[in-house]
Order: sequence, then C-alpha cells, then structure tokens
Amino acid sequence: MSSAVGKWEMDELRLIVGSMVILSGATALLVVMPYMLLKDQEPPPGLQPYTAEQLAGRQVYIANGCIYCHTQQPRDIAQAPDALRGWGRAPVAADYAYDTPHLLGTMRTGPDLLNIGARQPSKDWHLGHLYQPRAYTPGSIMPAYPYLFEVRQGAALPGDTVVALPPAFARPGEVVVARPEALALVAYLLGLDRTYPALAPLSVAAPAAAAAKKAGP
Amino acid sequence: MDFTVSVLLATFILSVLALFVFIASMAKGLFGSGGAAAVQIFDADELGTVEDPAATAKQRGSLQQAMDPGHAMQRRSAWEVATRLRADQSSSLVVGVCLTMAVVWLVLASLAGLVSSIKLHAPDWWVGQAWLTFGRIRPVHLNLVGYGWCSMAGIGVAIWLIPRLLKTELVGAKYALFGGALWSLGVVAGTVAIATGHSDGLEWLEYPWQIDILLVIGGAMVGFPLWLTLLRRKVEHLYVSVWYIGAGLLWFPILFLIANWPGLHFGVQQATMNWWYGHNVLGLWFTPLALAASYYFIPKVLGKPIHSYNLSLLGFWSLAFFYSQVGGHHLIGGPVPSWLITISIVQSMMMVVPVIAVAINQHLTVLGSFRALLYSPTLRFIVLGGMMYTAASVQGSLQALRAVNTVTHFTHYTVAHAHLGLYGFFTMIMFGSIYFIMPRVMKWEWPYPWMISAHFWLVLVGFGIYFTGLSFGGWYQGLAMLDKDIPFMQSVALTIPYLQARTVGGAVMTLGHLVFAAHFLMMGWKFGPRRLGAALLAPGPAVPASPASPALVTAKAALP
Repeated sequence: MSSAVGKWEMDELRLIVGSMVILSGATALLVVMPYMLLKDQEPPPGLQPYTAEQLAGRQVYIANGCIYCHTQQPRDIAQAPDALRGWGRAPVAADYAYDTPHLLGTMRTGPDLLNIGARQPSKDWHLGHLYQPRAYTPGSIMPAYPYLFEVRQGAALPGDTVVALPPAFARPGEVVVARPEALALVAYLLGLDRTYPALAPLSVAAPAAAAAKKAGP
Repeated sequence: MDFTVSVLLATFILSVLALFVFIASMAKGLFGSGGAAAVQIFDADELGTVEDPAATAKQRGSLQQAMDPGHAMQRRSAWEVATRLRADQSSSLVVGVCLTMAVVWLVLASLAGLVSSIKLHAPDWWVGQAWLTFGRIRPVHLNLVGYGWCSMAGIGVAIWLIPRLLKTELVGAKYALFGGALWSLGVVAGTVAIATGHSDGLEWLEYPWQIDILLVIGGAMVGFPLWLTLLRRKVEHLYVSVWYIGAGLLWFPILFLIANWPGLHFGVQQATMNWWYGHNVLGLWFTPLALAASYYFIPKVLGKPIHSYNLSLLGFWSLAFFYSQVGGHHLIGGPVPSWLITISIVQSMMMVVPVIAVAINQHLTVLGSFRALLYSPTLRFIVLGGMMYTAASVQGSLQALRAVNTVTHFTHYTVAHAHLGLYGFFTMIMFGSIYFIMPRVMKWEWPYPWMISAHFWLVLVGFGIYFTGLSFGGWYQGLAMLDKDIPFMQSVALTIPYLQARTVGGAVMTLGHLVFAAHFLMMGWKFGPRRLGAALLAPGPAVPASPASPALVTAKAALP
C-alpha cells in the first residue's frame, strides 16, 4: 500500500511538472502552431496595406472600443446569412495580413464592419453618423461621439471639414467640424473593403504549401 | 488535409487515453491514502465540529445541532488550536490589505458596469466625455472586475488558506504584500490607460504591455509565500486546495507574459492567442482559486471531509488538461484553421469530466446537510457558487457546440454566460470566503448579521434578473440575426427591454455590493456593536508565541 501511496500522491514536484507540461501542450496547440502556420503567409494581391491616416484611424477605432459592438469576421453563408446582409464573403487568415492588433471582435450589438467601406462608401454619411447615429439610423443604440467633433458658431474656417447633417439635426447658426481623429477614423472605415476574391482557405493551403516545399530540391 | 486529421486524431487519442489511465487507476485504488489527505484540513478530533466565524452564536449553535448534535468541542488539542491561531495571525496583514483592495475594486467595477449597461439603452447619455464612452467604460468594467476584484480577492483568500492548509506560519508575507502593491498599481495605471484611449485593443488584454510588467512581477511575487511556506509544511499530504492554488499561481504569470509579449503576435494568430488567453485566465486562474476556496470551506464549515478524494484528483488534472485547450471555441465561424476550432469544441465537451468530478464531490458533501445553509452565511454563498459553477460549466460546454454557438455567438447571451461564471460562481465563492476570513483577520465579528442577509438576497435577486433577462434577450437576438428576412436593426430593437432588465438587475447587484462594502468598512474600523459569542477561535489578545509557551493554557481555557 505504501508504494501505491508514493506513486499517486500529489507532491510539489508533480504539481509543478504536471501543470507546466499541460500548459505547454495547450500553448503549443493554440499559440505556437497557428504561429508556425501563418507566419510566412503572403497577403492577397487584392489587399492594400493601410495608409498612415488609416492606421491613425485604426488607433481611434481601438481607443474608443468599437470592437465591443462590431465584429470584423462575416460568417460563411452556410452558417449565417451575413453575406445576404451585404457584409461580404467569409474571410480567410490572409485577409488580416496587415491587422495587428487583430480586431475580429466578439459582439454584434452593431453590424459586422469588415467591408463597411464597400457597403457604405460615403465620407459624409460616416462623419454625420459618428456625430449622431440616430440622424441616419433610427433606433440605433450606437453612442454619439461629439468629442470627435467641434461645434463652431457662425461659418466654418478655411480647411475645415464640415459635417453635412440632415436638416432635422442641424442647428441654425452652427457648423459641426470634424476633428482629425474623426477624419482618420472615417478614412480607416472607408478602407475596410475585402471584396476581392479570397485565397484558398488556410487549413488546406498551408500543409499543401509545406508539402510542396519539402518536395522541392 | 492529412495534417488536420492527424492533429485531431492525436489530440483525441491522447485525451481519451489520459482519461482511461485515470479511471483504471481509480478502479484499482491506486490513489491510496485518500482518506488521510482529505481529513488533513482537520485537527485531531476536530471532525464533527462546525466552524463559521461569520455566524452568530445562535446560528453557530443551530449549525452544530444540524450537523452533529452530540459532538463535544473541547476535545481538540491545545497545541493544534495554538498552531491554527498562529497560522491565521501570520497571514492577517497581507490578507486584510488584499481583501480591502478587492472590495474597493468591486465597488468601482460595479459602478462602471452599471454605467455601461445604461448606455446600451440610452446611447445619448453622458457622451460628451471620451473616457465615459461605452467602448471605454465597458473594458474599464471588465478589467476592474478581472484584475481588480476577482484577482485581488482570489489572491487574498489563497494567501489566507496557505498557512491553514500547511499548518504552519506564512513565510514571506512581505513578498506577497509587495506583489499585491505592484499588482494594484498595475490595475490603477491600466484603468487610466483604457479610459484615456491607450488600450492594446484585445479583449482581456487591454492594458498596455508596459503596465503588464507590473502584473507579471506582482503575480509571480504573490506566489512566493506559497513556495516558501511549502518548504516548512507540517502536513504530510497536500490537500486539494493546495494543488489548485499552486497551479493557478504558476499558470497566471506565464499566461499573462506570453499573451502580452510586445511585437510577437500578429493578425489571426493573435486572435487564437487572444482566446487561448481569454479562456485560460478563467480556467487556469480564477477557477482554480475559487475551487480551492470551496474545497476548503465546504468541509470546514460542515465539519466533515469531502466526499471523495480520488475524484478531486481526477477533477484537478482533467480540468487542467481540457480547460487549457477550449479557447478556440470563441472563434467558431471565424477565419481560423478548422482543426483548431474542432479540438476546442471536443475539449469543451470533455470539460464535463472535471465539472462532474467537482460537482459530485462538493454537492455530495453538502447533500443531507442542507439545513446548514440556514445557519451558515459562509456556506450559503459558497454552495450557491458551487451550483453556479456546475450550471456555468455545462452551459459553456453546450455553447461550444456549433449548432448552439451559431445562435449565441456575437450576442448578449455570451455576456450573460460570462457573468454566470465570473459572478455566479467565482464572486459568490469569494463573498462566502471573505465572510469566513475577515473575523479571523480582524479578530472582530461582523457587526450586523442582517447586512449579510441583505447582501445575499440583493445579489441573488439582482443576478437572477440580470441573467434571465440577458440570456433570453441574447438568444432572441441571435435567432433574429440568423433570419435573413429580418432586418439587422430589428435584432437591435428587440433586445432593448432585456437590456433595461439587465440594468435593473445590475443596479440591485450594485446595491448589494454597497451594503457589503459598507459592512466590510465598519468591520475594518471596528465599528458597530460588538456581538458577543464564540465566533472567534480564541477570544482576547492572547496568542502564544510558540507551542511551548504557557499562553497555551489561556488558549485552551478560552475554548468554547
């Protein structure tokens, strides 16, 4: 009996070794393997890198927590009618080649935005919608972002980007001017367009590519 | 395709093999000495003696009556009583500090959560200030809950348990104190970073990496006392709670370090890492701390050992193995390799094994003693938390199935589920633990027992409203989003009444937290009428310095 006790008893060493082995296994599976599979992937030819202004806008997107209500990952038509809502085809890993940090999101309190630039290409619409979402989408529960804008009495100054609000929401004698953050954010949103054809999905392509490499000289 | 199949097959075979090894070894009785390790938390002759410092003298009498009426409590050896007194005293400063910080974070986190909730159905409320926008106050809430309240409470409870479990004095409390201070500094700085728009942009990993360093070092340092105290342990066997605390304290700093390493992760790989972390912080950090507490307090309050020691061993290793691989189920339908998602779904279902092991163990220990819940405030919270653990885990496994996930993913249903886990399970167990611990830390009883009851009913009713409302709302939202003939805006509009219900539930929960925090502060300042009774292990200031000291006689004489 006493040998059996020694065999199965939990002690400090078993605890440390066991817990570390298990954590390493999970890390290898969920972190290291995707890293190896994806690190050499080429961006698709149809995907443009972000411009400096779009990258600045991406930071505004992050800073204001847009991901807590918007995904950037339309689902396949076999799973959900996302494509029928105009949100685009199901993306593959290569479509996110320039996306660090990733902004896939987990919540659809609002619609998916991966192709918002293709779906809604109007800069005026986006600026006005950020200033007051309910002026464009009745019933929307998106917050208004007045702090990305400046309200000026009288006329706009030269160089100002004036927000063209619907008449019911515009106040006489006032102009609403977009701040640089709002302009950058809109530049980023307009750049969200993955309507080019998809590369082959990763799970098939990666091992095939690896096999091709091995077969080579 | 052969790659996908071989990975899947290897994982699956490994999982099933591991399971069979455990079952076979249990069938052969190879775990041995189960009984000895299970009663390790009791002193000689202590079995049958109830303990709940949060109970009034009357409640305590009724509790003893309900459990073991004829039991005489004077039989415990004075040396062991003295050891426990010194064990409790050795941790009291650091535990008191950690738990006080935790309660402060709890109140702030509740307020941030309540503001976020209101904003979802009042989108033009408080929009002028950037830091109050939904997209900032919501992650402020999550991080204050996760790294503020839950982590600090979990650390405080774990440190208090260590000397009790090892029957010796806590060694190296100053490291934990310093680690806790670094950690708290990190929480303050991280909150400010999110509020001012300096988030890293990943859920659960919002704090900038410069601030994360504080949490990695702080988190590792709060583990030092465990390892130092283990070197001087006076027990032969390590009790279940020690495994959970030890593993959790090892796992967290590593998880957090890998997840936040700057410049390492990219694109979709970062998304898989994000949910590897996001689920492991729950499964390998919060869950072990809460299970450690419930594995200690349930048998301790009842005065009887856990149902099966072997099951707890199975539960521990299967939790570690399966839980650590479930993260991919957050990306079902996403642009990630399909083998990864399939593995995570399989392991999510396998989570049923540790959950049943814990459920059998804890619920069967309480079974037949439900009357004890009437008399023990500690047990009321902890048993409720244990039930919610079972519920949250089973719900989580089902939610990982593709058919269910297709509806619930991207909806408020997931938020309700997250609260069932981190609130219903984790927070309830922390409440119960704090009610047990604080009278020992402060050597002062809870001044107003009615406030404990008020706290319990407020959070129970509030959470009931919160969870039911949001679960139904989220489910209908998911169904609407899957119907191509329903415009998207309708999936938003139909959730409004449920979101309002969530605000009502959240407000009631917050009220409960304010009652709890007020009571906690009253105790901290030794305010209120001092209740007379036998809640303290040994009343009065006399705590012997060594087992040989003559003060032992005092301790013995002071026993109830």
